[in-house]
Amino acid sequence: MQKRVIYFDHAATTYVKPEVLDAMLPYFTQEYGNASSVYSIGRSNRKAIEDARETVAKCIGAMPNEIYFTGSGTEADNWAIKGAALAHRNKGKHIITSSIEHPAVLAPCEFLQKQGYDITYIPVDQDGLVNPADVDKAIRPDTILVTIMMANNEIGTIQPIKEIAQVCKKHGVLFHTDAVQAAGNIPIDVKDLGVDLLSVSGHKFYGPKGTGALYIRKGVKIESLIHGGHQERNRRAGTENVPGIVGFAKALELATQNLDAHYEKLYKLRERALEGIFEKIPHVRLNGHREKRLPGNLNVSFSFVEGESILLMLDMKGIKASSGSACTSGSLDPSHILLAIGLPHELAHGSLRLTFGESNTEEEVDYLVDCLAEIIDKLRRMSPLYEDFIKGEC
Amino acid sequence: MYSDKVMDHFMNPRNVGEIEDADGVGQVGNAKCGDIMKMYLKIEDGVIVDAKFKTFGCGAAVATSSMATELIKGKTIKEAEQITNKAVLEALDGLPPVKVHCSVLAEEAIAAALNDYKQRNGLTEDARYEACGGCCGGCGSYRDDETEDH
Repeated sequence: MQKRVIYFDHAATTYVKPEVLDAMLPYFTQEYGNASSVYSIGRSNRKAIEDARETVAKCIGAMPNEIYFTGSGTEADNWAIKGAALAHRNKGKHIITSSIEHPAVLAPCEFLQKQGYDITYIPVDQDGLVNPADVDKAIRPDTILVTIMMANNEIGTIQPIKEIAQVCKKHGVLFHTDAVQAAGNIPIDVKDLGVDLLSVSGHKFYGPKGTGALYIRKGVKIESLIHGGHQERNRRAGTENVPGIVGFAKALELATQNLDAHYEKLYKLRERALEGIFEKIPHVRLNGHREKRLPGNLNVSFSFVEGESILLMLDMKGIKASSGSACTSGSLDPSHILLAIGLPHELAHGSLRLTFGESNTEEEVDYLVDCLAEIIDKLRRMSPLYEDFIKGEC
Repeated sequence: MYSDKVMDHFMNPRNVGEIEDADGVGQVGNAKCGDIMKMYLKIEDGVIVDAKFKTFGCGAAVATSSMATELIKGKTIKEAEQITNKAVLEALDGLPPVKVHCSVLAEEAIAAALNDYKQRNGLTEDARYEACGGCCGGCGSYRDDETEDH
């Protein structure tokens, strides 16, 4: 029996909007030529790509020739980091990042570390904020890149990107930001921010999976990772995923046009959920900054209970969410982000991440809060930690 | 991910609770690895007449502790000591490989509770289960059959 699906995991992925799908379809069926070809259905593809590029550029305040399409946000991150590292290795081999980055940033850094690069991981405060002064102190004569995410996927905290960019500019160091969670939720203007490199991913803002883009400011040199044909101004080979690129641009365009209303809607839903949860359920804690956070992100820890159990019970009620618990990550450690903000292990294991989106309603939020109250109570009555607390031993 | 049996024991766990005047109580696991199981036993004439549990942990942790209490109820101490994580796994129609360690923890919880009973009754000096440092490889209690049944 298929229950109703109430989806609160938009940070993981989003559905494709109908207008996006409509824009993409012709490029699968009629206009399917290789964009590099001379004939008409190839040339129309070429035009579609360049139109898409112009659209994306407008959305983030860049020039079209600064936009490069990739196959994912992860690829864009890998390209920015490894590309910058390779290109500037004669200047130095020191890279600065934060302790709360997505694996798509941390893993390339770890890889580079094995290749002899030195990586500094800036710690964050208990709200998950990076202090620009810490970045300033960490920069050395051999620093070639700073990479700090614009908004965090787990706790939603938004970083002071403009200030960090100013610090990097002062020292003449390249600055990359992973804007995968930020795009479509908060405004992005690369000139205003002052970044040199910026990554985005289509499936986070109602576009198709398998699409992404890297903004490379004019004049910034990074090595290519994918060699082959001459696509993307000779910097990223591979026959272009035209339907994907068209969908990506359409989705970003819709998101940007609709940004204020989208922000408002998500913010209201999130606040409604937050208030409901804090009102009905004791021993709960908000993770991440209260104000400087993505509008649709809610991350809380419930004392005495474990995250996967919460998710399983929510799933039985049709509600889809995620958690920073180890059990849900397949490893034995809970989310490194929750540990980085100083949560003790049991609170990290007892976390729940809810990320609201376009399709959610107030009614769904109210249902969520009622279900959670029931679920947390049930799990606490099964918990030895709650038992100890009640008996006053904690 | 989970079998129907596991989901059943998770959603409808058997024997949740405490025993006020328990004859043996054992707690294993730790907050670091995200699994803590506490088992209470009522023993009469060498037979486990009642068992209850409390668990902080994932679906597999709850299901394995629930199944463990079912398996030992009505058994003699000796029979209960023979119950391995493999028995718990089989009774639940298996667990995903990453969750097998939860069944090991359930076995440890039984052992800890029985050990407590023995210590209270001066029946043993075995302090092996006094403090669990975490079954996540910490005490090396992974079994050979970890990858079976999957």
